[in-house]
Amino acid sequence: MRTRILGARVIDPASQLDQVTDLYLQGGKIAAIGQPPADFVADQSIDASGLVAAPGLVDLAVSLREPGYSRKGTIASETLAAAAGGVTSLCCPAQTKPVLDTSAVAELILDRAREAGHSKVFPIGALSKNLDGEQLAELVALRDAGCMAFGDGLHSFTNHRTLCRALEYAATFNLTVILHAQDHDLAAGGIAHDGPTASFLGLAGIPESAETVALARDLLLVEQSGVRAHFSQITSARGAQMIAEAQARGLPVTADVALYQLILTDEALRDFSSLYHVQPPLRTQADRDGLRAAVKSGVISAIASHHQPHEADAKLAPFAATEPGISSVELLLPLAMTLVQDGLLDLPTLLARLTAGPAKALRLPVGRLAVGAPADLVLFDPQGSTLAGETWFSKGQNCPFIGHCLPAAVRYTLVDGRISYQN
Amino acid sequence: MTPTAAKRPLQLNDQGQLRHFLSLDGLSRELLTEILDTADSFLEVGARAVKKVPLLRGKTVCNVFFENSTRTRTTFELAAQRLSADVISLNVSTSSTSKGETLFDTLRNLEAMAADMFVVRHADSGAAHFIAEHVCPNVAVINGGDGRHGHPTQGMLDMLTIRRHKGSFEKLSVAIVGDILHSRVARSDMLALKTLGCPDIRVIAPKTLLPVGIEQYGVSVYNDLAEGLKEVDVVIMLRLQRERMQGGLLPSEGEFYRLYGLTTQRLALAKPDALVMHPGPINRGVEIESAVADGSQSVILNQVTYGIAIRMAVLSMAMSGQAAQRQLNQDSEEQN
Repeated sequence: MRTRILGARVIDPASQLDQVTDLYLQGGKIAAIGQPPADFVADQSIDASGLVAAPGLVDLAVSLREPGYSRKGTIASETLAAAAGGVTSLCCPAQTKPVLDTSAVAELILDRAREAGHSKVFPIGALSKNLDGEQLAELVALRDAGCMAFGDGLHSFTNHRTLCRALEYAATFNLTVILHAQDHDLAAGGIAHDGPTASFLGLAGIPESAETVALARDLLLVEQSGVRAHFSQITSARGAQMIAEAQARGLPVTADVALYQLILTDEALRDFSSLYHVQPPLRTQADRDGLRAAVKSGVISAIASHHQPHEADAKLAPFAATEPGISSVELLLPLAMTLVQDGLLDLPTLLARLTAGPAKALRLPVGRLAVGAPADLVLFDPQGSTLAGETWFSKGQNCPFIGHCLPAAVRYTLVDGRISYQN
Repeated sequence: MTPTAAKRPLQLNDQGQLRHFLSLDGLSRELLTEILDTADSFLEVGARAVKKVPLLRGKTVCNVFFENSTRTRTTFELAAQRLSADVISLNVSTSSTSKGETLFDTLRNLEAMAADMFVVRHADSGAAHFIAEHVCPNVAVINGGDGRHGHPTQGMLDMLTIRRHKGSFEKLSVAIVGDILHSRVARSDMLALKTLGCPDIRVIAPKTLLPVGIEQYGVSVYNDLAEGLKEVDVVIMLRLQRERMQGGLLPSEGEFYRLYGLTTQRLALAKPDALVMHPGPINRGVEIESAVADGSQSVILNQVTYGIAIRMAVLSMAMSGQAAQRQLNQDSEEQN
């Protein structure tokens, strides 16, 4: 299939390209930018005048829920939702049932994702077997099966010595680890940011120090082991500042933030709405502003959806008894465009945090527009709008943004030159 | 992003009357005063030979307690009976939930039995809000205590106690002493006192028993009991749960009593006619000395009596607000 995309504003943050031009796709790759290659005869042509063409978005944290939790989501449903959000590559965490700690599970996920064909999936392997923080998973076997990085998520190592060894082992093979900085003891029993809102509502708090204490420890261990580390879901301004200091010291660490953390604060909990129950928790306005500044400066180089779809029952209980998480991958582009609308970021910078930034953090072979690179693209109308929830592909309806009118509209998502979503 | 439309407060109907009673947050001074006035008039009923009025005749009030309680449940039962309602009380902690039934299903089943009102106590903050919003929006829901969040009828009975003994709130100093962090009573008291115009609200506790951001209630914080009690008109003592000794919140009951226990000697620092209050059940020798609990300044048992009147007021007001809303909904449907 040969495709010609005409007259789009082509933005590629990796190469700092930003101009109105044409793209030529052939054999699943980008064949040319600007002038067509010799003998190019297009099978299809997309008139993209008025649209932006950018590398397909790269989302570092999308829970697909399969295997094990298909009542919440399936690989087919959630990757289609991702395509609708402009995503062409996503990483799925190891919290499946069985846990993604064997090659067999990684292969199963990759097979089903290929079969569905909506977006590329890069699995994140478990760092410890069954996520128990005691015995290491077979990291090299998992790497060979296609895992791009390794992490245990929020509930991981309680034993510092074991964590230290896990990092050293990963460093031996130049693997990337993903760390969620949250201290178990300080967070124990908490469900909301330990601040005035949680106090008022009588919800048990998770203090900022749960993040910063763990982050300080993890940064020291990362430095000592020399491992490549990515910190996922930073929630506090202080945490972002600690990442900045580590980077300034020359430590090879990167970080991402959940998109909703850049929009919402713990004030949203005022009516006890379980839609806003997330872990780690929504924090204060000052934290949100600090995170925004870190995204702008590039200290936080990736924005991820941290998509967590749920069945309706999971949210139908008093706040503390509900399951945490927001289903939002299918709004990734329009929701992120609110940051441009608010004047925080210019469009190329936003796209950098959604494409080249995350791809570089985990060394994914995607996220740029270059001749010979995979033809993974999103075409969107920056002047259009998206009524969130008008169409909905995710199995999880747990999204507080449903009903909101968001800026921009995804028109086409292409994976390896093939249209995986069109609107 | 477009902002969400302003929602009508969950516990009020279109005319601003109570239709649920979930929290003292967002209720006006006028409404709180109306509750107190109504309760005052019901106190007479309790003094009569025949202690019943027919306001809730033919209505079914369902007490659903997911947490143990004697005083609150009993006074709600008595309040409903004095209003001539049919009353059922369920201790759900021991029945359905242990069989795996969710809160949602338990309440839906009770609703199907044509209950007109639920009085709910639950260990999760926000449980009453959840029920009023998502489970049974057309049944009046009364919060009988939800987690650490609120205990609004206790808050109002405390206000009734203060008003009946002190007349008004405008010139009072009120101290709340003890485990503020875990106390739904303290939260409701602080909200009510603020709304009713009390100018000097003090909370007295060690840092481990104070929630973050306590200043938002417009209170002043004291870590020293003697300093905090100086010249106050009312002392509200809170119950200290035994389990607070775990996890490093307090070293021991003994040390707590030494620092924060209300003794005759310490009470002397307050005004001579200061009231001593406690939501009960009291721990003698842990937060309060027996001589103070049983002394002439103690109104702890009056609180229990007033609790029935407050609950009668709230039950009757919410029932009529809920009925008015149903009528409004019906009228607007007929018009459409």
